Parts: sequence; structure tokens; C-alpha cells
Amino acid sequence: MVLSVTLKKRVKGFELDVAWSMANELTVLFGYSGAGKSMTLQMIAGLMRPDEGTVRCDDEVYFDNAGKIMVPPRKRPFGYVFQDLALFPHMTVRKNIIYGIKGMKRNERRLLTDKIVERFHLKGLAHKLPSEISGGQKQRVALARALARRPKLLLLDEPFSALDNTVRIEMRSLLKEIRHEFNIPVILVTHDLVEAYTLADRMIVYYGGRVAQSGSRIEVFHDPCSEEVARLVDMRNHFGGLDIIHRQFTKAVPSFSGNVM
Amino acid sequence: MESSLAFSLKLSLKVASVATLLVMLFGTGIAYVLAKKNFPGKEVMDILLTLPLVMPPTVTGYYLIVIFGRNGYIGKIIYDMTGFSLMFTWYAAVLASFVVALPLMIKTTRAAIESVDEKLINASYTLGRSEFETALKVIFPLAGKGIIAGVVLSFARALGEFGATLMLAGNMPGRTDTMPIAIWSLAGGGDWPGANRMVLMLTFMSVIFLYVANRYSRRII
Repeated sequence: MVLSVTLKKRVKGFELDVAWSMANELTVLFGYSGAGKSMTLQMIAGLMRPDEGTVRCDDEVYFDNAGKIMVPPRKRPFGYVFQDLALFPHMTVRKNIIYGIKGMKRNERRLLTDKIVERFHLKGLAHKLPSEISGGQKQRVALARALARRPKLLLLDEPFSALDNTVRIEMRSLLKEIRHEFNIPVILVTHDLVEAYTLADRMIVYYGGRVAQSGSRIEVFHDPCSEEVARLVDMRNHFGGLDIIHRQFTKAVPSFSGNVM
Repeated sequence: MESSLAFSLKLSLKVASVATLLVMLFGTGIAYVLAKKNFPGKEVMDILLTLPLVMPPTVTGYYLIVIFGRNGYIGKIIYDMTGFSLMFTWYAAVLASFVVALPLMIKTTRAAIESVDEKLINASYTLGRSEFETALKVIFPLAGKGIIAGVVLSFARALGEFGATLMLAGNMPGRTDTMPIAIWSLAGGGDWPGANRMVLMLTFMSVIFLYVANRYSRRII
């Protein structure tokens, strides 16, 4: 799977202008809140219309303003987990999960739902309402629901931000397991450094509506390409210095190996 | 005159029930469109549909005669084609009640639909569900209380409809005299005991409906 996006969108006082692509990996969109990460996710899912750009996944084009293509969200094979999960409050856990499964015989649907319920350790909770279960359990339901329709790609919008630390750690390992079990690429939006560090195969750092750096986790954490990225990844030892090659004053950041970039 | 009380009671319930059924069907649809869609003329549509709420019912009735009367814009076409006129039939009472009750349904239902969290609607779309399915399975169930309140209010309003009904259906004893009209007629004719019975009956029914509406939704009414 290869997903590639080019997105431009202007809203009040903010301009998003990004282009990147990813393969079958766990990509973390990292940056301060308001940097355009969630917006990007919404545009990939088709919940928001970009002013310009394209969204492609393999050979499928989901958005292309030049070709006037805008595939509605329901026809995009992406699973989406919202920041506050958006579980249907009037449906039981099981009904929430089965809601996304379509085009199957009743029996198959039931079997698949049983399997998913079991996999996400929701067996005893299947007939409870979202309001009757805990935060971590809700989280598992949201993940299960998004995965039930077998999406090609999983989009997660800061899903763990409201959890206690212990539950958050549990959820991170669950996410890793799922990613490999379902062999599904994941885009995770977060501004949590630890989360990014523990989960990312690849990081795309957002800063003010642009991509400040994109690369493997090691690259971004150990070789931040600019002062902003260095600050974002919490590197504290940045220095001012003189760039003798280009003869200009610059703010430099030592790379992990100790060399000054 | 026991039978005239029974007749008016039955007629009132029949008219109000049919009108409420129509109000439910059209009202929910219109409320959904007003809540979720943007189109030119939306504001005008909203105002026109709300007008019967603020205008004297006789004015609403007058407009309905202009439109549906035997020589009205639509009434004439119907009359020429079928020889049937709505005027002075119980259908006319239904039409009058429908038009007067509709804005109540639209207002409460629209508010209820707008209060459903946008994220839940988006979640439904990302789970592969169409707009229609989403409305049916997510929006309407979650707006349920407001919709029920709208239905109860509409029914109560339809049951009490007088002005527009009188203009359109007239006061034909044994044919179009719903309870409010019969009360007006009885009081006018000096039959106070008869009027009392009907007034008490109507008051009692209204109290019951408001009680039900309150139980279903404390916030909307």
C-alpha cells in the first residue's frame, strides 16, 4: 500500500500546505496542536474538502481537484478513530462494532463480529452501552469498530490523549499488535512525544501548516533538521553557531553522533 | 345531545391524528433539510413555514382558501379534474390543522437534529453508511426525544385548531364540527351545559398531552 497526499487548504488565519507519502508502516503526524495534523486526517477521510491537491491510495484516486474527483467518506476504505471516539451512545458495544460491517450474509456478519469482540477482549461488555464502560474499554471498542470493515488504512486522531497513563501504555501495545495482526498501515496524529517515539516507524513533523521534517523515527529524533523540529522533539542542546561553509550565522543543532550539522 | 359530544370528540381525534401523521412525515423531512442542507431560498422557506405559528389562524385559513378553495390556485385545478372540493369537508379540517401544527414539529425537530454531535454523523459516514442510513440509524434515534415532543405538541395543537378550520371547513354540525368549533357553536347558542362538557373534556386531554410531552423532553418545551 502506498498513500500519497498533496493538500492545500486556507481557513481563517491558517494555511495548510503539505505533501507526503507513506507505505505499509505506522506513520505519526507529530506537531503542536493547530499545526494542521487533524485537518490532514479529515481530508484523507473525506470529511473536509481541500482547496487543492490529491489523495491517492495505490491506484485509487479519492480526491483530485483537477480531475474534479471527491469520493465521499463512506466510499473510502479508511478506518477512522476520532479524538473523543464518537461511539454511538444509543447502541451497545456489539451494535457499534457491527454497524461498520456491510455486504455480508447475516451469519458471516455475526461470526465476524464475534471474532472481533473476542479479539478486543470485549466479550463481557458486548451488551453494554458506551456510557457504562471505562475509558480504555471505549478505546478498544472504537478501534474494533474502525477495523471491522477491514479498511486499507487506519486513521487515528489523538485517540489516547484522554486516558490515564497506565491505560495509555496498554493501548499503545494493543495498537502495535493490531497493526501487525491485520497488517494494516496506520496514521496516528499526536503531540505526545513518548507516544510518537514508542510507536512511529516513520514521523512526519508538522509545523505551522507545513511539513517541517519527514523521516524515520531515528532520523527525526536524532537528526532534527531545524531548530523548530529540535524543540518539538525536546532536544535541549541547540546552539547558535557560525556556518563557515555558507558564511552565515545560524542556529545549529548537534546530531546524536555529536557532529554539529 | 350526548351523540354530538361523541361525534365531535371522534372527529377531533380523527382530524388531529391524521394531521399529526402528516406532520410527522413532512415535518421530520423538512426539519432535516433545514438543519443539514444549504440551498438558495432556505431562509424564505423557513419563514414561510413558520408563519402559521405567528399569524392569526384566520389569516392562515384565508390563505388556504385562496390556494385550496373551489376557485383557488390549486383548488380549482382539483375541482375541474375531479369535481371534488376540499372546502367544508373533514379533509379541510385536516389540512388546516396540518398547516398550523407543522411549524411546531419543524422547530422542535430541527433543534433536536442540530443538537446531534457532528462527530457521530461523521463516524457513521466513515463506517461506510450513506446519508439516509445515517439519518435513520444515528440522527433520528438520537434526536428521538425532540421528535416525540414535536409530535405531541403538534397533536395538541391540531386538536385545539379553531380559526383556520372554521375558515376552511366551516361549522357543519355532524360533519365538520370538531370540538373547538362545537364549543364555539354551543356557547353561541346558549347551551352552557353542553359547552361545559366539551370544554372540560378538551382541557383534560390537553393536560394529558402536555404531561406526556414534558415527560419525554424537559429541555425542549
